[in-house]
Amino acid sequence: MTARILYNLLQVIFVIAFAPLVEGVTTKLKENLQSKRGPSIFQPYRDLWKLFHKDEIVSDYTSWIFRAAPYVAFAAPIFVALLIPVLTRYPLFFAFMGDMLGGGFILALGGFFATLAAVDTGNPYGPMGASRTRMVGFLAEPVFIVVFLTVSFVAGSTIPYIVQLRWVTPIASFFEPSHILLMSAFLMLILAEDGRIPVDSPSGAFELAMIERSKSLEYSGRGAALMKWAGAMKFLVLICIFLNVLVTPWGLAAGMQPIEVLIAVPLVLLKILGFILVLVYIESSLAKLRLFRITEFLGAAFVISVVAMITRLSEI
Amino acid sequence: MNNPSMAVIFALDALTGAVFLLTTLGVVANRQVLASLQLFIAQSLLLTCSAILLGIATNSLHLFAVAAITIATKTVLIPWVLRHTVSIEVYRTREIDRVLNIPSSLLIAAALVVLAYAVANPMLGAVHTPFAKINLPLGIAAMFLGIFTVVVRREAVPQLLGLLALENGVFFAGVAIVPDLPVIAELAAAVDVPVVALVVGMLTRRIHVRLGTTSVGRLIALRED
Repeated sequence: MTARILYNLLQVIFVIAFAPLVEGVTTKLKENLQSKRGPSIFQPYRDLWKLFHKDEIVSDYTSWIFRAAPYVAFAAPIFVALLIPVLTRYPLFFAFMGDMLGGGFILALGGFFATLAAVDTGNPYGPMGASRTRMVGFLAEPVFIVVFLTVSFVAGSTIPYIVQLRWVTPIASFFEPSHILLMSAFLMLILAEDGRIPVDSPSGAFELAMIERSKSLEYSGRGAALMKWAGAMKFLVLICIFLNVLVTPWGLAAGMQPIEVLIAVPLVLLKILGFILVLVYIESSLAKLRLFRITEFLGAAFVISVVAMITRLSEI
Repeated sequence: MNNPSMAVIFALDALTGAVFLLTTLGVVANRQVLASLQLFIAQSLLLTCSAILLGIATNSLHLFAVAAITIATKTVLIPWVLRHTVSIEVYRTREIDRVLNIPSSLLIAAALVVLAYAVANPMLGAVHTPFAKINLPLGIAAMFLGIFTVVVRREAVPQLLGLLALENGVFFAGVAIVPDLPVIAELAAAVDVPVVALVVGMLTRRIHVRLGTTSVGRLIALRED
């Protein structure tokens, strides 16, 4: 029992500790692919350190929502990390609290507060980014629902651990058409949700073109650090759901021994590195879409997920 | 289906089928002529993969012949013909003129895939090869999507690619149902299809030279009365 609680906390620490590293590696590899040197992979840690030591300035015209939002946004991925398989193959102590839909709701709560906080400030770019995030969000929502419906229909459960065991682990079902299609749909969804290149440019500095990042423009000091960290953690949690539940459930700890769980840490990081390579390739070979072309991108994701559902339903 | 190597071939064929459907959706929804052509080449390669896999599974030489002919005509000959007959201007147009916008045509495409599965299901009762379960519905879906491409595009070369995608769909379904397809039928198709591509390519070239566009929707104004 204590071991299960400890491993659960270890998952949370894993997510908190390695989220900036994942972001740093992504930036570095992307710059390298574009023949630039790029910042060190530890740069996000330094940024966070710097921001935590700076003064925080809050506008007089904002309400409590603006001050609470970074904490909510920071806490949301941590709660999701309690529910999903990050390091272990078997459910841990808190896993009973919510299924994949629950995890989706918690992540959406963090996003919702960030949106409210963006509207709360007088900055004109904040509400603009917030409304655009909502637009991307409501286009992405049906894809999420169809993916989860299909996955849980196959596994007979919405608990991520059962999904991974029933559907993805047997190698024969890995190659099923519906699985491949679902994987592609979910990959497009991650790109949209995290504001990656075909949808939004993560490193862009031009406010008018921003979607995801303009929401935290008004934050400074500790608030900015928390928002930045929260964004990195959300990305890591989404990657963990994608890799550990839907795509490659290999390399996770199978037993209760502490050593197995510790070995799982580098293995999972290695998988994430593989995913980042794919992501960097996608990001470097595509151009950012115009705002109204995002409907096409997510429409394609929706159609792929629906086709995945159909192929699955008609094969039984 | 009992021995493990069969299971592996079955899984690989399923994978091929999934990517085949993705490329066909890409042919429907793509914005650019050149990308459509490349997606068609990818689709033909996947058809070849499926034919080879089925050839191994059923020990049928005919299917290897199908694979060889497909790779010779559809990934080499047709792209070559299209590149040399149609002027480069056509490929430079970034956007393909189309009747519907992309999201709505994608939704219709999804409905067509549903229809394909609905149509294929009763047919599956009559076919006794296990691979038909994958290839038949996906092939019919590719047929529908090919026809839909012809309907929804307004330019000659993308329409031709839709037609060729349709033809690929027919073969994709065909290789699973009839493992012993007579080579003469396959050869006839192999000769036919490049000729179609050549004719359409030449015609497009003429139209492009005279009108400066290959937009089929505007050809109504061609009459000289």
